[in-house]
Amino acid sequence: MSFLLLFIVIPVLTTIGIFFSKTHMQVKWTAVIGMGCQLILAGTLIYLFLAARAAGNTAEILFSTDMVWYKNLNIHFFIGVDGVSVAMIGLTSIVIFAGIFASWDVTDLPREFFTSLILLAGGVFGFFISLDLFTLFLFYEIAVIPMYLLIGIWGSGPRHYSAMKLTLMLMGGSALIMLGLLGLYFNSAPGGGQLTFNIIQISKVTIPMAAQRFFFPFLFIGFGVLGALFPFHTWSPDGHASAPTAVSMLHAGVLMKLGGYGCYRVAVFLLPGAAHEMAWIFLILTTIGVVYGAFGAIWQKDLKYINAYSSVSHCSLVLFAVLMMNQTAMNGAIMQMISHGIMTALFFALIGMIYGRTHTRYINEMGGLMKVMPFLAVAYVIGGLASLGLPGFSGFVAEMTIFVGSFQHNDVFHRVCTILAVSSIVVTAVYILRVVGILLLGKIKNPEFNHITDGKWFDRISIVVLIIGITAIGMAPLWLSDMINNGLVPVMQRILLAGPVLH
Amino acid sequence: MLIMRHELLLIAITVILLLVEIFLPAGKKERIITPAILLMLAVLILGFIPGPTGSLFGGMYQTTNLILMLKNILNIGAFIVMVQSVDWLRKPENNEKISEYYILLLSTLVGMQYMISSGDFLMFYLGLELATIPLAALAAFERFKEKSAEAGVKFIFSSALSSGILLYGLSMIYGTTGTLYFAEVGPAFTGTPLQVLGFIFFFAGMAFKISLVPFHLWTADVYEGAPINITSYLSVVSKGAAAFILTILLFTVFSKIALMWSNVLYIVIVLTITMGNLFAIRQQNLKRFLAFSSIAQAGFILLGIIGQSQYGMATVIYFVLVYIFSNLGAFGVVSIVSNRTGFESIKDYDGFYRTNPRLAMVMMLSLFSLAGIPPVAGFFGKFFLFAAAANHGLYILVLIAIINTIISLYYYLLVIKAMFLNRSDRPIQRIKSDFYTNLGLILCLVGIFAIGIVSAIFETINGLSFGLY
Repeated sequence: MSFLLLFIVIPVLTTIGIFFSKTHMQVKWTAVIGMGCQLILAGTLIYLFLAARAAGNTAEILFSTDMVWYKNLNIHFFIGVDGVSVAMIGLTSIVIFAGIFASWDVTDLPREFFTSLILLAGGVFGFFISLDLFTLFLFYEIAVIPMYLLIGIWGSGPRHYSAMKLTLMLMGGSALIMLGLLGLYFNSAPGGGQLTFNIIQISKVTIPMAAQRFFFPFLFIGFGVLGALFPFHTWSPDGHASAPTAVSMLHAGVLMKLGGYGCYRVAVFLLPGAAHEMAWIFLILTTIGVVYGAFGAIWQKDLKYINAYSSVSHCSLVLFAVLMMNQTAMNGAIMQMISHGIMTALFFALIGMIYGRTHTRYINEMGGLMKVMPFLAVAYVIGGLASLGLPGFSGFVAEMTIFVGSFQHNDVFHRVCTILAVSSIVVTAVYILRVVGILLLGKIKNPEFNHITDGKWFDRISIVVLIIGITAIGMAPLWLSDMINNGLVPVMQRILLAGPVLH
Repeated sequence: MLIMRHELLLIAITVILLLVEIFLPAGKKERIITPAILLMLAVLILGFIPGPTGSLFGGMYQTTNLILMLKNILNIGAFIVMVQSVDWLRKPENNEKISEYYILLLSTLVGMQYMISSGDFLMFYLGLELATIPLAALAAFERFKEKSAEAGVKFIFSSALSSGILLYGLSMIYGTTGTLYFAEVGPAFTGTPLQVLGFIFFFAGMAFKISLVPFHLWTADVYEGAPINITSYLSVVSKGAAAFILTILLFTVFSKIALMWSNVLYIVIVLTITMGNLFAIRQQNLKRFLAFSSIAQAGFILLGIIGQSQYGMATVIYFVLVYIFSNLGAFGVVSIVSNRTGFESIKDYDGFYRTNPRLAMVMMLSLFSLAGIPPVAGFFGKFFLFAAAANHGLYILVLIAIINTIISLYYYLLVIKAMFLNRSDRPIQRIKSDFYTNLGLILCLVGIFAIGIVSAIFETINGLSFGLY
């Protein structure tokens, strides 16, 4: 029995604890304790993982547990981690911990709010540790469905519309995934033998090309919907804009990464032949997504919309890098997921706090906030600089790796895509600096803003945790990228084996 | 004797209730509720005790371990319905008819059990009619209500018509094969044009009972008019029994023309799921809403049949089991709200969570289970059904079905939206539910969670389905 099971048990225990809590305070502190344990557990996991690797343990999957669940279908409860999933678990635990503090002032039905939030986080943790496609899919849906209540009950603006749109689009994506998974399952033993949902086992067989071609689009688009693949990204701006702060954080920070991770772990890893053949179609879509998202952000006036479009751009970059299918770009993709996850969580947290004080999210109604809330404003600048890829922050490391990787392809098509995608960085700089200028600098436009206060203690905890994450990765990226590389090696071997030799 | 124990036990308690009814003084009829439920519980538990299997009356009646389990599943459904109806039966206008209600309900259950145990078409037809006619009386149970009486009449007419069609088909099958015994019809059924015609009539008759499109038109009206507990019984137990016997017959008697009936099923499935879902979107009355949703669910049940394997059979049974608990959970909440307040429209449920959090939670989980959202059992049921169809290579059909689950999720979310998201100035007042209502809902909740997570249930079903196909 592996201690990874705790990643699912703790959220369940926390929700039970919340159920029995009596006051608002008890509810919140139960959530903090639960997710604090989760954060410590994630830290321990990273330490143990690195220690095991340093000790020379080269197994592909560490800390695995394999329990038979449905014997006749060969469905297992199979959990384990490699370098990539450890990194994603670390990301999730940071964002959810910060998210609890960012939603400290939820007053309407707090018990239900935190229950849904932790249920969502539990689904995400389960997703990242699952190595059996059935359980992976199960946790995927568990993570998506609480979103409906979270946005619908506690959201703002056209929340009913956004919640419904988001849920239906994401569940539509999961419908495609389900078909793809069934396809994988029934082709998982081409030479006869026991069919399986086990990712590692499927990766060792060669699925017939006809089946690969048929099922790859289902899986890639299915996960791509959650990863904001153009043109299936439209749920994202509406959803993020209507969601309450912590939910935006978790959604953009973690849930969208489920899409990228799924594309990497399931679509490309298990169907590499078709991935090589069809990558060009999706490369075009992701390049459009990267550039379009960045330009979309320029035009927006609502802070949340700006950040939502910027997330579309950044998440498209993740899929873009995954489709480049070489070690460097893949590494960049994972780094970008982590970096963007923390960064965008920071943004959404700050936007929530600013909105809570100014009661507006329109940038042209604000100005000079630096003078009244220096802590939050500086944090916003840090987030912005990380977002536009300034060296020293995580964004730079990730984007640099991605573009170095994608430039290794020396044909015209990949070059053009790469150059277009790189140009988005300039556009990113435009909208980030514009927002920083209008929002934070200059004179205070509204006299009422003179009375607003800076971040409270719980705001600060949330922000400090996230900023530590960004800068830690930016300053010392090597341990993280080594860990990711470590997980990528067997994956890349298989992907390269199936396709034409690149570069 | 022991081979027929399920039916005999049910007949015994029906007779006991009948006798007790005679001696109960007027105005004290309520006293029969607890003994009736306890007796049913005893039957339910006794049913699980393994016993002999075999055939009786020269093969007219047969039972296997699989059929025994199907009977147990129907017993579970009937038991929950009996528990859930208590609140409604205690209303003054129904008070005098409590034992009639239980007697009629149990007679239909006996009919269904004879039907799925039948070894020839005559027995099958007898069981079917025994299951149908008391149901018509039950549908018209609230005779002071115009709609209920209308439902009863509609039900009896449509079942008479469908029985007629079914009998016509059976007569053709008898004419061409010269026998009514399943074991003998099977080998003689080679697929001559007349036999195929007979099969089509037979299938149309069954499609009426399961309410498949295009034979579904009676469903919504009857479901709306009938008392809610009868509606839930119709949509769950009655439909489940018909689906079971249809599956068994398709796999055994009609296995030689499997290629043909799977094409028929393909079209019927697509129509049923899509039409059921599209009509459900537009419904405002929760009973009609659940009626159309149950039409769509019937289409999903057929997905397992079209899989044509032992595994397909197992998924059908498993899905019906899941469906019993999920649908009864939803109907249970609708029933208690309607009894206490008279509200049945989705709009009336605005802000329901804030006044009745527990009932709203049960409703939400049941709807999630119907929609196939994990971790509740519906997810497993749907996934396995899709796997059964995909196993047969029908990926396009599975895709259509999966897209339909998303459509169904939309309208289930509409109800959840009303309960959780919407606010209302005049929400439904806090409802104090009594012991039996709580018991019924808790049973449903336990089922919804346990059936999915405990894999032993599915494995048992799968093990027993062996050898059927």
